Amino acid sequence: MKIAVLSGKGGTGKTLVAVNLAAVSRQATYIDCDVEEANGHLFFKPEWLKKEDIAVKVPQVNEDLCDGCRKCVNFCKFNALVYIKDKLQIFEEICHSCGGCLLVCPFKALKEKDKVIGVIQKGVSDNVIIYTGLLNPGEPSGVPIINKLLSKENVPENQLTIIDCPPGSACVVMESIKDADYCILVAEPTLFGVHNLNMVYQLVKLFNKPFGVLLNKCLPEDNPAEKFCRENRIRILSRIPFDNNLGTLNSNGEIVVKKEKKYQQLFSSLLDTVVKEVQYETTANP
Amino acid sequence: MKIAIPAENRNIDSNVCASFGRAPYFLIYDIETKESTFKENTAAVSTGGAGIKAAQIIVDEKVNTLLTVQLGENAAKVLKGADVRIYKAIDASIKENIESFAADKLVLLTQIHAGYHGRGNR
Repeated sequence: MKIAVLSGKGGTGKTLVAVNLAAVSRQATYIDCDVEEANGHLFFKPEWLKKEDIAVKVPQVNEDLCDGCRKCVNFCKFNALVYIKDKLQIFEEICHSCGGCLLVCPFKALKEKDKVIGVIQKGVSDNVIIYTGLLNPGEPSGVPIINKLLSKENVPENQLTIIDCPPGSACVVMESIKDADYCILVAEPTLFGVHNLNMVYQLVKLFNKPFGVLLNKCLPEDNPAEKFCRENRIRILSRIPFDNNLGTLNSNGEIVVKKEKKYQQLFSSLLDTVVKEVQYETTANP
Repeated sequence: MKIAIPAENRNIDSNVCASFGRAPYFLIYDIETKESTFKENTAAVSTGGAGIKAAQIIVDEKVNTLLTVQLGENAAKVLKGADVRIYKAIDASIKENIESFAADKLVLLTQIHAGYHGRGNR
């Protein structure tokens, strides 16, 4: 079972929720897909077991074979190739590694080389296996790393997997949720929070994913995110209060379910709710 | 000598387009023959890398000089590789820019921005 935790904006509480859900379970795999700023490992402090470079393919030209026909230049939808002064020039950072230029070259003047864009690390901490991806600064897309993080060998079919998504609703988030069985949308009680909740709400609807909202940082006054959920008939899974103690523990890199009984209960019951939802979904919409 | 200027419209009295890669047209102007043609910028609709493709179009037109308000680093790399000289256009009509250039009043563009990489028209 794969549960993705996402939100439209950063700092809403995705990592808090994802880390604590994994920690409160009997056994889980926690996958940090926020590859531009992966920080779930700061809570787990895992013993690292494995580290692997992640590379993408980029084209490389053999100038002796290139006759300047420009088929590759005209083919590339990302405009990663130009032909200037009788020479092919390649913009590696623009290339999306589709391999199309190699296919259209009539002279086999192009071949692929590896370009390392980041790493994946595997670790273990108590009952949780941790996978974390790190994109090198300046690289345009974390999608290849996320794709590798969520590959079959890392995500055992019958076990609980918690996917900590990047913020927003763009490609990297789509890649992170595409195989998820359930999406937890974490929302803040602010107008910004509602705006960004709406973005991820649209996204999970588009992907036809079962989902529910977790209201974080709840204060006694009116909660615009709760109002949004009521208006759109969105299931509210749970509410986390605005709590200084929780904030302090979390800021110190502590896993709150291990420190506070009431949060142990809150996350335990959240996990139960979601697991039941998924089981219901698989029976109702197999 | 041929110069190129990003244009909003097919009209030399219209303003210089503030974008290079996503300009709708380029005016290609021959200083010697005073011949001018507006070329559609097919790069403008690109998902990404518009500046790179636009630079390729300029180079293929055998342009020696570009007058532009701004330029991204990738486009600059292509143009410099093809020895195109790049001058900073002034916020005025295309015609006034040609006159200023002819009168030696334009300066070389020294500030190359890091590129908007698909975020320019959001």
